[in-house]
Amino acid sequence: MSTVSVITVICYLIFAPVVGLFVSGYDRVITARMQGRQGPPFLQPLYDLVKLFRKEATIVNRVQTAMVVAFLIFQVFTGCIFFAGSDILLVFFALTLADIFLILAACSTNSPYSNLGSQRELLSIMAYEPMTLLTAIGFYMVSKSFNVSDVISMDKPAILQIPGIFIGYVFILIIKCRKSPFDLSTSHHAHQEMVKGLTQDISGNVLGIMELAELYASVLNMAVVGLFFVYKNPWSYLVALLVCSVVYFIILLIDNIFPRVKWNVMLWSTWAVTFVFGGANVLLLDMLRTAVKL
Amino acid sequence: MSKSPWLLHYDASSCNGCDIEVLAATTPVYDVERFGIFNTGNPKHADILVVTGGVNAQSSSVLKQIYSQMPDPKVVVAAGICACDGGIFKDCYNISGGTDTVIPVDVYVPGCAVRPEALIDGISKAIAILDEKRIQSREHAACEVHYDNPGNKGE
Repeated sequence: MSTVSVITVICYLIFAPVVGLFVSGYDRVITARMQGRQGPPFLQPLYDLVKLFRKEATIVNRVQTAMVVAFLIFQVFTGCIFFAGSDILLVFFALTLADIFLILAACSTNSPYSNLGSQRELLSIMAYEPMTLLTAIGFYMVSKSFNVSDVISMDKPAILQIPGIFIGYVFILIIKCRKSPFDLSTSHHAHQEMVKGLTQDISGNVLGIMELAELYASVLNMAVVGLFFVYKNPWSYLVALLVCSVVYFIILLIDNIFPRVKWNVMLWSTWAVTFVFGGANVLLLDMLRTAVKL
Repeated sequence: MSKSPWLLHYDASSCNGCDIEVLAATTPVYDVERFGIFNTGNPKHADILVVTGGVNAQSSSVLKQIYSQMPDPKVVVAAGICACDGGIFKDCYNISGGTDTVIPVDVYVPGCAVRPEALIDGISKAIAILDEKRIQSREHAACEVHYDNPGNKGE
């Protein structure tokens, strides 16, 4: 590991929660304005997090807290792999493992809402996993390497060759960010049909740990969006940042426009987008390359 | 703590008048999210329990359970005159009275129906009590004195 990647990883460990809180604050203010409300202060997510760590937690069993801590550890570990410029395939697999720990935490309780939430989270993974795999394949086809460090040192941004995969990835980002219409397992909004779903039995400071992990996750998710635009040129980082904020704004708009769908609609629509945009992109890229070679 | 109070609303036996006013407080006109107040449906995430309507035989056990599921520190707001002392239903055969007949209440907000302005005022008082309770519980923990949970008194 080079010195640069060590510094990047340390920066990620320290600043990812700060950036995550910033994104979350932007999220809540913009959402409120879209609904014609004034909305909470910009630092509200920070206040929430501090409060959660000061609250007592109702521990329902011994396993749950360990699983939530494992969720945080794997989420942070995944981010470290990414920001160290390592294998993107490993990033996506470790990310799924992190999510599995969260599902196990929800499964371990007796609450039917929590169990239902964990089943829906499994369905969400089933919906978005093909697209994450195609994203990794797409980056490989462009850069001939699964390494993030090789993707960012290309001569041209990846988006020029894999725009379809970008659209597919933004689509699954709605599921990953737990935004409507795909916020089936747990929602940021109150009054869901199964209360809080996945996080039903996670409370107090344990919920705080989970929220912290989600902050790391949101930064990693947006970083993958940025990866489509970053290349040798240092200005491309600025473009990536701009694109990330635009993408997040679109996700918020979709969140406020569409009502929650049933799991089967989520599954077929996500797979349809995966195969139409992601699949077609990979296929066309391959065919074009074969044609040029001939 | 005072900047992030999460609400849980429970309808004990309300005529829905107060319930609609509680919901009105979250609409763009009153927008309680300005103060970081967030309406959660989950007792395990809540700091403030807002109860509407008098307590009857069916709702008393539910109310007790919801209250016991909330992690400390927590406060209870009785919203509307029925939740305060039973209101016009006080003498009904099935009404045991206000919320305080079952669980300890910290703030009473009268009105029929409760006005959203009054409710927001009551919740801001509840937030101050919430802060006090947190400091108290920390002091108790520091002195290694067994903290007598006020929630058990009513049960």
